[in-house]
Formats: sequence, structure tokens, C-alpha cells
Amino acid sequence: MTLSTALIFSIVFIIFFIFIMGTIAERMLKISAKNSGQNPKQYGILPNDLSSIFGRNISKPSYIPSNEDFFSFDKGFDIKLMGEASTEHKIESVHSATYAIKPKDFIGMMPIPKVVVEEGDSIKSGDILFYDKSRPEIKYAAPISGEMVRIQRGEKRSINEVVMLADKDIEYRQYDLPDLNSVNRVDLVTFLLDSGAWPFIRQRPFDIVADFNVVPKSIFVTTFDSAPLAPGFNLTVQGKETEFQKGLQVLAKLTNGDVHLGMDARGEKPADAFMNASGVVKHWFKGQHPAGNVGIHIHHVDPINPGETVWHLDVHGVLVLGTLFEKGIFDTERVVAITGYEIAKPRFVRAHQGICLEKLVMEVQFQEERNTTDKEGKPVNISRKAVRLISGDPLTGKEITSTGYLGFFDDQITTVEEGDYYELFGWLLPRKGHPTQNRTFPGGFFPSTVYKADTQQNGEHRAFVVSGEYESVLPMDIYPQYLLRAIQAYDFEKMEGLGILELGEEDVALCEYVCTSKHPVQKTLREGLNMLMEQG
Amino acid sequence: MGPFDVEFWKKLQPPKEKQFLHGLYDGLFTLFFKPNEVTHGGTHIKGPMDLKRLMIHVVLALTLCYVLGAYNIGHQHFLALGEHTGIFDALHLKLVIGLVSLLPIFIVSNLVGLAIEFYFAAKKGHAIEEGYLVTGALIPLIMPPDIPLWMLTLSIIFAVFLGKEAFGGTGMNVINIALLARAFIFFAYPTEISGDAPWVAAIDFENGLTDYSFIHTMFNGFFSWMDWSVFVGGQPLLESFTGATPLVLARTGGWEAVTEVYSPAAMFIGGIPGCIGETSKLAILVGIGILLVTRVASWRIMFSMALGVILTGMLFNAIGANMGSYSAYMSVPWYNHFLMGGLLFALAFMATDPVTACGTNTGKWIYGFLIGFFGMVIRVMNPAYAEGWMLAILLMNVFAPTIDFYVVDANISRRLKRVKAKV
Repeated sequence: MTLSTALIFSIVFIIFFIFIMGTIAERMLKISAKNSGQNPKQYGILPNDLSSIFGRNISKPSYIPSNEDFFSFDKGFDIKLMGEASTEHKIESVHSATYAIKPKDFIGMMPIPKVVVEEGDSIKSGDILFYDKSRPEIKYAAPISGEMVRIQRGEKRSINEVVMLADKDIEYRQYDLPDLNSVNRVDLVTFLLDSGAWPFIRQRPFDIVADFNVVPKSIFVTTFDSAPLAPGFNLTVQGKETEFQKGLQVLAKLTNGDVHLGMDARGEKPADAFMNASGVVKHWFKGQHPAGNVGIHIHHVDPINPGETVWHLDVHGVLVLGTLFEKGIFDTERVVAITGYEIAKPRFVRAHQGICLEKLVMEVQFQEERNTTDKEGKPVNISRKAVRLISGDPLTGKEITSTGYLGFFDDQITTVEEGDYYELFGWLLPRKGHPTQNRTFPGGFFPSTVYKADTQQNGEHRAFVVSGEYESVLPMDIYPQYLLRAIQAYDFEKMEGLGILELGEEDVALCEYVCTSKHPVQKTLREGLNMLMEQG
Repeated sequence: MGPFDVEFWKKLQPPKEKQFLHGLYDGLFTLFFKPNEVTHGGTHIKGPMDLKRLMIHVVLALTLCYVLGAYNIGHQHFLALGEHTGIFDALHLKLVIGLVSLLPIFIVSNLVGLAIEFYFAAKKGHAIEEGYLVTGALIPLIMPPDIPLWMLTLSIIFAVFLGKEAFGGTGMNVINIALLARAFIFFAYPTEISGDAPWVAAIDFENGLTDYSFIHTMFNGFFSWMDWSVFVGGQPLLESFTGATPLVLARTGGWEAVTEVYSPAAMFIGGIPGCIGETSKLAILVGIGILLVTRVASWRIMFSMALGVILTGMLFNAIGANMGSYSAYMSVPWYNHFLMGGLLFALAFMATDPVTACGTNTGKWIYGFLIGFFGMVIRVMNPAYAEGWMLAILLMNVFAPTIDFYVVDANISRRLKRVKAKV
């Protein structure tokens, strides 16, 4: 027997052996699942169909009408974390004693906005709190009614929070509503700017509150969020179908182009409000995170070229516009997901923008007392931050204190354990699992495993070594690594050429997550965007 | 608890003002412990992959090359004598010869390289970077077993200074450092890395006798007590021994000349003379398996390079019949090229170095294919030296940024075209 025949035989034998072992293990798993009263279909070690072996599942769900666009991405990565909000619990309406609007939620705003109310003034929902000194036309409104109590200042007298004391029952500001059918665009924009609803409209490029002087070539609304632990918008829109449709009508007035709806083709059929939305162009997206990001939708449907502007809103923003025109009130109520492993009952609640989160996360131990010894061996008591509270999702959210407030655009709060531990040979044999697509970890082969999150940086900052890593999680025709290099080199022309105008921080957050060199991708991108903004 | 306890390290920590010591401490400490740094500013959670883990997986993929390489050094030694020619004969003697040759090369390569790395890290106030882990593991495998250590030292100093630190350290180098070290020896001391002599260890070639050092014979007492065969100094070489590698044979006599001396099975398992790591194709295939399954190395580069080799090999087969002095080598069937020399090793571990290869996926296809093409051309159409991968990869390392430039530029012009299409 020659070497080559022996080799072929041994390979065939090994494949056959693996196949038999796999089949037996699969059968036994199903039998034991059946015996313990579980659905055996959910258990198994073998892939169910050919396409999942190759990690792709591009089949089109049946609920998509054949005349609508369908995009399927195989790039991306779903970060599966414990503590997902469950719909089993009833969705309660929650209120807090104080509410706050944080000027720092708005990218590009001057650090000291002009606050137009004084301490002690009584406010109605929709009354103007402050405006940006560089763009005084854009007014920022109060989400509830009550009394203005204080301005919380930070470094160099910059304003961190404008805090209000809430009434029990919300009083709403009276609006002089224009008639949607006859109003011209200029009057509508003026009304929206003055109403306080304008900041919900954001724009690409730069991912800032929209510039009212520009007529956008199109407006995008994403109806789903693929970020880790993020709530779907299906809940928030329930019972507000007419408001949603009204909001879309308002948007249609603001652009000469189309209003595009980014629809979720990943699983269950989306809510009726989205399915039945009219006057819009629907596009279906399937794939892992960031498939739900509006930046991805814009890139594939109507990409931004230099000099062009696209506006975008989330579903909450559309609802605020819709409620304003349907009922004449400024209502920022939304469904907020309270998520995280440390939360006893991860759930959804109905809350207004800027709610104080203290009562919602009461059961979480944010500080931990620990007895250790100091250098001389004396026992000391150390207080350590054990859990981090984030307004938003764990990739793009902002860290807040346990008595902090929900962010302007956020519909999610997340707790994450602080990962300030040393781990022996942790870079080689980690005992703590982290979600990863990287195949040097066993978890890379089992993408459906759910992990407990922590904030360990998992390594030190290094120069770029690995290539192709960012591209594998960004379903866009963009080379992020070369873009970052162009930003670091202050090469404006190349930045624009490589598509920086199409990107927002949320789109590259996943690049930062998977980065082997632990590069601060979002920060670098924002620096580049700021440079371009200053250039005009 | 010693080094496995954080408190132990905390007590050792030198003050921050002593930059060099602190850098050294930091480098060692992070080898034992993942630091307790938490995320700030960007994403709140981060993936578990880091550079140390990436590097160590390349080293893991190399381990079997080390084992079979060490064995083969001893095996070649006894083949030259005509003793213990069976694969499993006198394993203990073969391993001793192998390790006595390999270990000093490994130690010197890592000591010299890391010393330079530490020096620059301290000087620049950087953390010590782990890039040299892989380079230090690759260099011994691409050296002949009989390489003088001073030569190795010189080559590593040259490569690390000029190839890496001059460009700014790990991740910044333009050309592959391990190959640059080998290229240094190749041009400065050509007789040490080509020809027939350097592939067999522990032989005094001037007199044609075995030449065991004190370290070899030290084991004799133990082996004779165990009633095993021992080292006998001053034995003559076989008269028929030439030490010619398959490549040299193929150049002069084609594939027939190769198979007269070496069987394809021996070439596959690794019983042929050559650089330490390149001889065993089996070990390299296992390494390729590890790299591909873990996706540490780019399959695009490996695949396109293999494609380049195959197509060029087929082309040579087709036109080789009347090419004069080259026709013997050109007529070697294309698939047999994979069994000879360093092709597979270069394909698995050298071409796929992510820092010096192309960074774009399209670029990787072009880069790999051109390495395959140029490597074959240099290997076959070369009157002096019968191998081509080192030079082909160094050449393409230099061109990789250019390829990337055009790929990225195409992306920019796609974006510009979008504007024009509208107007």
C-alpha cells in the first residue's frame, strides 16, 4: 500500500468516525432532552441544515412581500449576553421624582448650552429647557411637567444635567398645530424646531442633530435594534399604530426623496404598525448585529455622497412627532428595557425620557465592600465599584451613576459587572467566558452560547496587527482599518474617500469589540468626524 | 504561591521611576496575568481576543515542526553514517543530537531578540510587545541545524534592528523579520545556508568524521547503563554520502534524481536534509490545520499561494521539455514541488504573517498568488540556488502596501463613481 492510498483511507476513516460519533451524541442528547420533558428539537450538536454549517442562512422569510428589497448579510456578530429583558413580566408604567435632560447626549453641542428656565420655574411637558448657542434655533424640551430644580455642572462649568422635579400627572404644553395637509415645508420645520421635537431627527454625515437649513435627500427610520440586549421596537409601537403612521406622514413632508423604513427580517414577523406603514419604502434586512443600524441601511439603500445629507430617526422619534400631530401633546413615553445579569427581573417598563433610574435598579449592589490587607499587613476595608450602570447598550451606551438618568435617545439600561480582576494565564486559558466570534476560543464554534458580561478589557492596547477583522463584522463596502489610519494621519481627502461620512460610532462599535489590538475605534472615528465638521 | 499569586508580584513591583525595570516587570507580569484593566470611553464590553493569544496560537501550530525537526536532525546524522537508518532506531541518540543542535539555536534566537525588544520598549517607554514571540519561534525553524551561533546572533540583531525597531516595533514592520534574519545569513555567509554541508549536525566535514561534543558524550554513561547504543566519536561518513537536498538533486536531474535518493514518504514525514522546520510536511500540515481552524492565518493567502504554485508548476511542466539547463527542474511534476524544500512552511507560516502581508481581502488573493508565482520562478529558473520562497516573500512584502493602496484606491473611486453616476 502506498503512502497516498494510506492517507486517503485514514482521512476517510477519520471523517466517518467523527460522523458516527456525532450522530450517536446527537441522538442521545435528544433522548435525554425528551426524557427530561424538554423539546428535543432545541437540543443537538449537529447543524440542522447545510446553510448553517457554512454559517449562512440567506433564505428570505415568507412574510416579506416579493416587491420589497431584501438584504442578507453574512458579516456581523451577535453578542449574546445574559440578562435579556423578558416579556413574561407585565409592562408597568414607571415614574420617578426627578427627571433630567443631559446636553452631553447631543454630539457636537457646545459644552454650555443656554438654559432658558430658572430654578423654581414651573414647566410643562414640551416647554423649552435650553438651546445650543451655536444653533439657537434648535430647542430642547422638557419630557414631563413639574418644577425646574437645578443645573448640574461638570468640568469648566459645562452642563451635565438639567434636573426637574416631576408632577404626579403630566401637564402638556399647548401647541398651535399646523394642518399637515396644507402646511409648507418651511413652516413645518419652524414649528418642529420650536416644539422641542426637532432633536429627535438626526442626520448623517456626522450623526448629529439634523441641520434644519438642509433638505435631506431621504429620511431613514430603523424599526429594529440588533445591539446586545437591545429591546425590539415592536413593543414600544403597540397601541400607537396611528401615531406611528402620522409621524411618517410628517417625515414625508420634510424631504423631497423617500422615507425609508428598515425592516427586521431576522425572525418573527414585525409589528403591524411597521407591516402596514404606508407612504414609505420598506427594505428588509437580515443578519447579525449591526444589521439593525441605520448606517448600514443607508449604505445599502441610498448611500451618502459628499455634500449630501440623510436624516434618520428611531421609532421613538417618529412616535414623538406622530403624537404631537395626532394628539397635540409632547409625549416621550417609550418602552425601556432593563437588562443585565445583575438585574433580578430583566423586564420592560414604560417610562418617559430622562427618568431617574435609581428606583429601577435598587436591587443591584453597585459598590462592594471588601476586607483585604495593605502593604504592611494591616487589615483594611476597601470599597470597590462592582457593577457598572449603562444608559444604552453595552457597546455604545454611556456610563451613569446608580442615581443617574436615562439618556435622550436611549431605550435600554444595562448593568455590567466590573472586570477589574487579574486572571492567571487569562490570555491563554481564560476561565471567564466572553462572547466571541474568534475561533481560538471554543466559544467561537458555538455562536449561540450566552455569556455573562464584564468590563474586563481583555488585553492591552497594541498596534494594528490583524487584518480583515473589522471588515468581518461590518457589512459595508468600507475598509475601517485604512479609514482609521487616514484619520490618524489627518488625511481629510482620504477620510472622505474611504467613506467616513457614511459611518456613525454605533456602526463601528462592533469593530472595537472584536479588535485584537484593543484600538479605541469609536473614539478615533469621532475625532475624524469632528475634524471634518470643523473644516466645514 | 510564588509567581502564580498576584500578591507575590505586587510586592516585587519596582517603582515607576525606574523605567527599564518597570517595563521588564510589566512584560513578565502580563505573561502570567491578564491585567485588571477595565474598559473606559468606548465599548463597555470587549472581546476576549488579544495579541498574546494570537501569537501563542501560531507557536502552538509550530510545536510539531519542532518535535519532528529535532528528531530529523539526529536522523540525518545517522543516515550520513549509514547507522540506525530505520525510523525508530536509536531514538534516544537522535533526540539528543537534535536537541543539542536545536536548543542553543532556540535559546539564542529568543535571548537576543527579546533583549533588543526589551531595550527598545524601555527606551521608548512602551509596554513590551509580544511580537517577538512568534519571530523567536520561527527563526530556529528556518535555519540549518549546523548554523554557528554567532552568525545567528548577528543575523537576528540585524533583522530586529533594521526590520522592526527602525520602523517602530511590532505591527509596523514592512518585511518579515524571521525571513530578513535568514536573508542576512544567505547573503553574508552563503556557504552556511546552501550547498550540501550545513544540513547535518555533529560532523567534522573536513575530515569526514563524526564530531561529538562533551554534551553528547555526557549521555553515554546513562545510555550504556540502560544497555542502549551510545555515541562513538571519529566514525567515518558513508562514502556515498553527499548531503544534497532534494532541491539540488531536482535541479540537476529532475524528479527521477530525487526519488533515487529520497522516497516521497520520507519527504512527507520529514526524513530529508533541510532547514529544521521545513522538512516534515506532515508537521506543517498539522500546523496549517490549526491555523485554518482557528482562523489565525488567512486562508485566502494560503489558498491563492498554492494556486500560484500549481499554475506556475503546470506552466513549467508544459514548456519545460526544451529549456536547456532548466528543463530537468521544470519538468518536475507540479504536485511534487509541495514535497520539496520550504514551500509548505513558507505557505503556512511566512506568507501569512498579517503585518507584512496585504491587509485587504482582495489584496490577499493577489499577494498570495504572486508569491506562488515568483517563488516558483526563483526556485526553478535559478542557476545558483535551488529555493525561492524567502526571496519571493520578501519581494512581495515590499509590494504588499502597493497592492493594498490600489485595492483601497479602487474603493475610493467606487465612491466617486457613485457621485458621477447621479450627475
